[in-house]
Amino acid sequence: MRDITIGQFYNVDSPVHRLDPRVKIIFAMIFVVSLFLGKNPFLFLIAFAVLAVYIKISNVPLKFIFRGMKTLSLIILLSGLLNLFTVKGVNVVFEWGMIRITENGIHAAIYTTLRLGFMIVGSSMMTYTTTPNSLTDGLEKMLGWMKKLGVPVHEFAMIMSIALRFVPVLVEELDKIMKAQMARGIDFNEGNLFVRLRKLIPILVPLIVSAMKRSEELAMAMDARCYHGGEGRTKMKPLVYQRRDYIAYALIFVYLIGMVVLAVSF
Amino acid sequence: MKKLIDIKNLTFEYFRRDSEGNLEEMIEALKDVSVDVKPGEFVAIVGRNGSGKSTLAKHINALLVPSEGEIIVDGLDTAEEEERLSIRKTAGMVFQNPDNQIVGNLVEEDVAFGPENLGVSTAEIWNRVEESLETVEMKQYRSVSPNHLSGGQKQRVAIAGVLAMEPKCIIFDEATSMLDLQGRDQIIFAARQLQKENGITILFITHHMEEVIWADRVFVMDKGAVVAQGTPKHIFEQKDLLKKCGLEVPILYQYINFLLGQEIVTKDEVSEVYGEEDLSALLCNKIKKAIENCAIDEDKNQDLLYAENEDEKNVKEVRKGILLNHVDYIYNKGFANERIGIRDVTLQINKGEFVAIIGVTGSGKSTLMQMLNGLYFPTKGNVYFEGRDITEKDFSIKHLRQKVGLVFQNPENQLFAETVEKDVCFGPENMDISKVEAQKRAYEAIRLVGLPDTIYDLSPLQLSGGQKRRVAIAGVLAMQPDYLVLDEPTAGLDPDAAKELLDLLKQLQVETAITVIMVSHNLEEVAEYADRVVVLKEGRKMLDGRTGDVLQRVGILEQAGLLVPIGMKMMYKLQKAGIPMDMQIAKRMDICAELMKLKEYM
Repeated sequence: MRDITIGQFYNVDSPVHRLDPRVKIIFAMIFVVSLFLGKNPFLFLIAFAVLAVYIKISNVPLKFIFRGMKTLSLIILLSGLLNLFTVKGVNVVFEWGMIRITENGIHAAIYTTLRLGFMIVGSSMMTYTTTPNSLTDGLEKMLGWMKKLGVPVHEFAMIMSIALRFVPVLVEELDKIMKAQMARGIDFNEGNLFVRLRKLIPILVPLIVSAMKRSEELAMAMDARCYHGGEGRTKMKPLVYQRRDYIAYALIFVYLIGMVVLAVSF
Repeated sequence: MKKLIDIKNLTFEYFRRDSEGNLEEMIEALKDVSVDVKPGEFVAIVGRNGSGKSTLAKHINALLVPSEGEIIVDGLDTAEEEERLSIRKTAGMVFQNPDNQIVGNLVEEDVAFGPENLGVSTAEIWNRVEESLETVEMKQYRSVSPNHLSGGQKQRVAIAGVLAMEPKCIIFDEATSMLDLQGRDQIIFAARQLQKENGITILFITHHMEEVIWADRVFVMDKGAVVAQGTPKHIFEQKDLLKKCGLEVPILYQYINFLLGQEIVTKDEVSEVYGEEDLSALLCNKIKKAIENCAIDEDKNQDLLYAENEDEKNVKEVRKGILLNHVDYIYNKGFANERIGIRDVTLQINKGEFVAIIGVTGSGKSTLMQMLNGLYFPTKGNVYFEGRDITEKDFSIKHLRQKVGLVFQNPENQLFAETVEKDVCFGPENMDISKVEAQKRAYEAIRLVGLPDTIYDLSPLQLSGGQKRRVAIAGVLAMQPDYLVLDEPTAGLDPDAAKELLDLLKQLQVETAITVIMVSHNLEEVAEYADRVVVLKEGRKMLDGRTGDVLQRVGILEQAGLLVPIGMKMMYKLQKAGIPMDMQIAKRMDICAELMKLKEYM
């Protein structure tokens, strides 16, 4: 579990880290879309080059990125193989009993693998370089227009940010409850699946009771500090675009146009 | 003078309903309360759990509104819906649980939460965050996650969060009850500072009487009513009233009252006494000795006390008790975040003792406690249970966990079953015994902790804090352990419930010959109940011996960051002033008797 680095924040300073979260969210989206523009080797070459530069500037070590990929490499590999064996075509390259590999199959397998791999690395670069909090902030601001449609955007963002705050608190609590029940003779490594599931009750019930109590107290504390929803609320760290963000947007725009032109002209 | 808070005939009632929604009973949480608070005052509200003091606090902040009567805060009526934000801004609140009131993922972001809600401009928010953190001396932690702070530090962040809203009054709603003594000191200091330096009105709600000595006025609450109000001194004289309200006279005043009763000191003389230093100085002055001679020495004596039977050569022959032999426990050994739990600790726990393990937070108490029943295994050294190494292959850890019962801090948080009976049965049912036998043991355990048999079918959620804790302890006792290890058993209980619980533990030790091992940082408690005291500092054993022998080592204890009992400190100073004192004693009653000697020197 510890090897899953996807979704984690890699705490260093870099020009990418300093970018406005909205820029990084937009780039992740455009990057993913650009991978599906066509099946042209040049497209992938350019995407690869852009990704390489992006990683280089971000100061996130390759080792860290590969460690995150390791757990997902199986899925990428499987979907590649699936394409290899199932995509039908005319030019058969290899045939043995039921197995038949076509030229189209090979192409599809290569593209799927590349797309999935680039997609995962491209979008995890967003989380590696942005704290969960500023991601939440960015999403809240970007989706602000949905408030008019009655979507409680601010509330969702607040829920996200509180959840992030309480994850470590509840993990610690879970550890304590488990130890206390172990001291009362429970052995988690004993019995069949059903018995083991039953053993979760003395762990989960206190955890849920405590989480409910915490949420009640937190709600009261937020009330006491004049929380009354998103209306009229100011921010200590408001999201304001800097010069670097405009430059980044311009570069993203150039990238997108370039990719579209390339895809259309071939 | 103008009143900042004016409460008139406040009554608050609510209805308790059963699961079908039928009315079960009406609870009158507050009854006809009429009090007022002037600007700049420090008012303490004391009372046992459930006396209504927190309910009163929540009314002042408009979190609750009166059923009858009215509350005016800074000219605003709390019943008016549109005034609520202004009232909450004027009278800010710091709550009990440090974790459950911090919203931000970074300290500075949390402090900004209030001003953000008020719509303060960004630049001004930065100013206020800066100033507030400065005031509570937490500026160096501004970009730290709250999860990495101690309880006292978290509460200071919470205070900063309120300060950033520029309140006229801050209500501390049992803000110290979940903290250790160091944390409590920090909060009281901060509150007094805010009153003196910033002119902020303080309402300090607590059940620890020690914390109200500095208040301008004290309100005593019981059963929803304010039963007494006055200066701290005036309140502390009413011993019987406090007892009736489940409270205790502060230890300092127990001594003062005794000395007054014995006519060793006069009322005039104690009028300026606020702490142990003042009282000791007064007594030294009485016997015409300068207090300067009685300063506490740095205890350089390395000949630390150890219990008599700790002969290392016999280590393996010890067939009784639990023995830790040169034990190390290192967390995350070999990793970058390696941390010492305990280091080279050798400790013999004998059968039938009442041992206290003391030390400040981070001294290794909890680690040591969890080694006693195999939740942790030593990274070096050995733990022997009744002569057998617990790491031996055929040694049954299950047996060990049954014989050494472990009660964690706030054990009531681990109750899970729908009835008390089922919960207490959980431990014995995990052992290989019949259901009937398990039940028998559960009933026996519930009787042992002094709860009536009418409690069997109640839900643990229906019980009071003190009762819940007893049920949790019964859940461990039902496994019929020979050793009972408890981590801060009285934390969060009001004085009455705490005393009852400690009396119960003592009774268990005496009557059922169970060995009681209590982990604590409260030396006043330890002095009254323990036979033997083990002191830990930074993972190492500093002192180990009979209670009186250990507690008289005032210098070492203070170096270990512990608060030495007032009585021991007074005796220590008087001894140095040339009055022979019997330093073997530690109980308050005995110390009082010893203080009678002063008469011969006056």
